Amino acid sequence: MKLIVAVVKPFVVAKVKQALHEAGVLGMTVSEAHGYGRQGGHTEVYRGGEYEVDFVPKARIEIMVSDERTDELVSLIVETARTGNIGDGKVWVLPLATTVRVRTGERGVDAL
Amino acid sequence: MTIAATWNTADTLWVLLGAALVLFMTPGLALFYGGMVRSKNVLSIMMNSFIAISVITVLFVAVGGSLIFDTDLGGGLLGGLHLAGLSGLSQALPGLSWVAADPMAVMVFQMMFAIITAALISGGTADRIKFPAFVALIIFWFLLVYVPLAHWVFSPNGWLAHLGVLDFAGGTVVEINSGFSTLAVVLVLGKRRGWPGEAMAPHSVPLSLLGAGILWFGWFGFNAGSSLGVNHVAVVAFTNTQLAAATGLLGWVIFEKFKEKYPTTLGAASGAVAGMVAITPCAGFVSPLAALGIGLAAGLLCAVAVRVKFRFRYDDSLDVLGVHGVGGLLGMVTLGLLATKSVNPAGGEGLLVGGGLHLFSVELLAAVVTAVFAFTVTYLIAKTLDLTMGLRVSQEDEYTGLDLSEHAESAYSHGGSGRIG
Repeated sequence: MKLIVAVVKPFVVAKVKQALHEAGVLGMTVSEAHGYGRQGGHTEVYRGGEYEVDFVPKARIEIMVSDERTDELVSLIVETARTGNIGDGKVWVLPLATTVRVRTGERGVDAL
Repeated sequence: MTIAATWNTADTLWVLLGAALVLFMTPGLALFYGGMVRSKNVLSIMMNSFIAISVITVLFVAVGGSLIFDTDLGGGLLGGLHLAGLSGLSQALPGLSWVAADPMAVMVFQMMFAIITAALISGGTADRIKFPAFVALIIFWFLLVYVPLAHWVFSPNGWLAHLGVLDFAGGTVVEINSGFSTLAVVLVLGKRRGWPGEAMAPHSVPLSLLGAGILWFGWFGFNAGSSLGVNHVAVVAFTNTQLAAATGLLGWVIFEKFKEKYPTTLGAASGAVAGMVAITPCAGFVSPLAALGIGLAAGLLCAVAVRVKFRFRYDDSLDVLGVHGVGGLLGMVTLGLLATKSVNPAGGEGLLVGGGLHLFSVELLAAVVTAVFAFTVTYLIAKTLDLTMGLRVSQEDEYTGLDLSEHAESAYSHGGSGRIG
């Protein structure tokens, strides 16, 4: 099993969710995140005072998947989230030791 | 006590309505300021406005109102104490026999002016003043700065009023006074730790916009109510308030668009306030056309003025000097230029209207006297308080935020944690 983490532009989350849903992924966790990559931050101006905002708002998507579907779903997320502009984000994959569905106590792939 | 039945009901109603509107400006100011500070200090700055309502009300009733409006003790410097506790109000206030509104209504109306002027100072001291120190500051400031100035200008027996100074609704007493008093306090208080290097951006501009809207609404009472009666001058003052607010907003936003490319919402709100600040002394004395120009000039000038602090490195956090001090000065100067008796026969004729130098020079004098007096006395008060009780919170409290350190509260709780105990 793998944990796929994707940090993407907030406005693509709905599109990514739809694509994953259609690919049969039945759950996901989304959280608000802040960060910067090559895009850097941006500048805000209040009454002539310029404020460098270092951390840009992003959405962090986490899904747990079986080993065999990992590559396919990573590609799906990448294609769906891509705008071609700087700041599109990153996707990474981590090995997952175990998963448990709290309601039934099922473990492993059955709990995905 | 005999109740005099001679007061005009419509005029009294007008002044009471004005008083309620002016009171509403102070919670509006709390929102205006609250949105501009960081989320850890929003309750603290709003509390400064709310505590001013209570503290100044009590002081005004006890002695302040009397010292301002009672018969002059000599030299036009201060009134007496016959009206202390709002007593002796069965007859017209000294020198104001032309006013047909109930004198107690006039006193309550004037009380609201003192409240918001005190609250304005909190815009400079934001994010770092101890709550007890702010309370002590406004107590001494009200008695030693506001009261004398208000007597000099608002009481017909005051020495500046005697010279023929016109100030319709407080360009000196409220605006210049708050601006220069604030400058004095922040020079003693020092800058916020990290300013101007660290980002201290507003945490909620929508809150500030709502506050600006409430200020705008209340300002009709502030200016139009200052006619103290239902008459043509009230209508002119009401109209001029709207006009100057509108062009003030435009002026500020135009400046931003051409200087920095983006017209900002906070700039729009600030410009409307700047326009109303400048029209405050002029409201019942200038033509609507003049009001349009005064507002525009205020929007442009104050947009420049709020940038000065970055060069001279005084941390007037929310620009009380840049908006109220500078806007008030502009208002007094333009009044000296543009006042016309065609609007208000009880007013005067400005330099550009053919009135000669007299009005212009006394307006300038009143503006300078107010700035110097407010700055000097407030500086001494602030210095004394700093040496005795201390003005600033500790470094740790400043980092944590004043909402927690001074009031044990958080503005935005995400719920859940903790228990009663």
